[in-house]
Amino acid sequence: MSNEYTPKSKAGKWFNDRLPLLTLGSHLTDYPTPKNLNYWWTFGGILTFCLLTQIITGIVLAMHYVAHADLAFASVEHIMRNVNYGWLIRYIHSNGASMFFLAVYIHIFRSLFYGSYKSPREVIWIIGLLIYLLMMATAFMGYVLPWGQMSFWGATVITSLFSAIPLVGESITTWLWGAYSVDNPTLNRFFSLHYLFPFLIVGLVILHIWALHVPGNNNPIGIDIKKPSKDTVPFHPYITIKDAFALLLFLIIFSGFVFFSPNVLGHSDNYIPANPLVTPAHIVPEWYLLPFYAILRSVPDKLGGVILMFGSIFILFVLPWLDTSKVRSAVFRPMYRYFYWIFVVDVLLLGYMGAMPAEGIYLALARIGTIYYFLHFIVVLPVLGLLEKTDPIPMSISAPVLSSGADPALAKKDYDKI
Amino acid sequence: MIRFNFKRLIIVISLTLIFIKPLFSAETIDPIKVNWSFKELTGKFDRASLQRGFQVYKEVCASCHSMQYLSYRNLGEPGGPEFTQEEVKAIAASVEIEDGPDSQGEMFVRPGKPSDKFKSPYPNVEASTVANGGAYPPDMSVLVKARPGGADYMYSVLMGYEEPPAGMKLDDGVYYNKYMIGQKIKMSSPLSDGIVEYSDGTEATMDQMAKDVTTFLAWAAEPELEERHRVGFKVIIYLILLTILVYLSMKKIWSRIDSEI
Repeated sequence: MSNEYTPKSKAGKWFNDRLPLLTLGSHLTDYPTPKNLNYWWTFGGILTFCLLTQIITGIVLAMHYVAHADLAFASVEHIMRNVNYGWLIRYIHSNGASMFFLAVYIHIFRSLFYGSYKSPREVIWIIGLLIYLLMMATAFMGYVLPWGQMSFWGATVITSLFSAIPLVGESITTWLWGAYSVDNPTLNRFFSLHYLFPFLIVGLVILHIWALHVPGNNNPIGIDIKKPSKDTVPFHPYITIKDAFALLLFLIIFSGFVFFSPNVLGHSDNYIPANPLVTPAHIVPEWYLLPFYAILRSVPDKLGGVILMFGSIFILFVLPWLDTSKVRSAVFRPMYRYFYWIFVVDVLLLGYMGAMPAEGIYLALARIGTIYYFLHFIVVLPVLGLLEKTDPIPMSISAPVLSSGADPALAKKDYDKI
Repeated sequence: MIRFNFKRLIIVISLTLIFIKPLFSAETIDPIKVNWSFKELTGKFDRASLQRGFQVYKEVCASCHSMQYLSYRNLGEPGGPEFTQEEVKAIAASVEIEDGPDSQGEMFVRPGKPSDKFKSPYPNVEASTVANGGAYPPDMSVLVKARPGGADYMYSVLMGYEEPPAGMKLDDGVYYNKYMIGQKIKMSSPLSDGIVEYSDGTEATMDQMAKDVTTFLAWAAEPELEERHRVGFKVIIYLILLTILVYLSMKKIWSRIDSEI
């Protein structure tokens, strides 16, 4: 924090000496940010917006929703039909979840491309993964609340995963349900936790930003920069206006979903009230969980599937130590660039297979996709760091290749584009 | 070299959208595509069709299918069939509603009011199941949203009754319908030419009734549709204008320093 800051007014100084909120504000606006950040860096701001939108719309929805197995479905219809602009609030909330995940996936894959998870930013990365885990839990429980067919059966499938744990699995599942199957007690606790978790996420987001402000932002060319310097701009107004522009573009897409196809990202079965006696033909989770669902189902053994599914997320926690390359940005890593895009395609493939029935060619492809997913982290990344010949790295953002002897055109071409 | 730019973003997003679109039509035939007036971005319901569709619902569907989330008042609200207040009152008053208990602790029967929910034909799901050969007629309030093909699917099922193909054995009370999942349905064809006499003089062909009642069901499932389209249009235009202004401000602010954005 910049220590030079002193409030102009006497009252401001009095207050700031006791609680340096104004110093914090000045730190946030002056925060030196690399001036070459591209639009992939705007998703942090977009995600903050998504979180606040979900919390605000969620609080209003909770005023009208009834968390009871016999009344939940009807209360959602009450929101849609009788509450003033209830349809708008609910569609923003339900599509907002999808938009939140779209943004978080772009944010994560941006980090993977530019090596933002590497030293000294490992803690930012790990806090981010914790946020992502909480997001998935929150979204899953939120999907259960309307108590439609997919709510009920999705909850049944996911909670049953815990029964795969040896010895205590059955007891744990019963404990989670609060009953001997997914039932009213399950719905009640899911509602309670669905309301709680977003505030835990807010806390982690504050830590995420705090941890970010210690080393400062990574940037598209992935080099350490002096702060403040010719390479940086103050966060406000330069980054705020750019984030605002990107957010508005994002909002146009968001509004397209909310107003013109609000149900396209959901499943039509969720407009059928939950019925424990009728199983839907295909039980599928929301789109953002599909890659993990594909990994789960690609293993013939239930416990093995559960381990691999959780493993596919937990392996990300050790990513900073699996990636042995000292060069951060993929801009200077010609081989990693190819493997990066193969990995992106692999995750999309897994997502597609998660939506398909687990049989025949779909199952075979899901298995190949699963194996490659883990190979990428366990084999490709450690080996690549040792074998890859990276391109020359520029000395600074303003003078990309000064005295490094590299081809200026090369360095320019790759980061200038963005 | 692989470039990281907006073109790639668009490709990735469109691929994702294609991927996440669930394709569960394996055992069904694609429904007939109807050019519904409410489909386009500024789409609205055909008011006359909604009123006729309500008549079909009331005289045909309502004898088995409930519509428990709708109230009679909805029939007079903007964006719906828009019956006049007198018509809505008359429609509501034509049903008998059990109310109570009164001050004596007795339940009593009174004529319906616009604020009443649509009266269900059966007291509970069990009663409707046993009265309909073991398959209960689903509530129609959100039926259009609860089927993958939506309005097209609804219309197709109404029009999809045929003689079963040779060799296909059907139990008593089971009918062949080529658009139904599994091609078997426990509802006999509900519509036939002239089963309803339209008060506006429109000829009640099967196709006309199927379209009208489907329009009515689409409105019942999404009574906010017209308002949603209208508000959405304004929101998007507002956002585009604001985006342009913010873009120009951004250009101006960033022109102060020697960098491209």
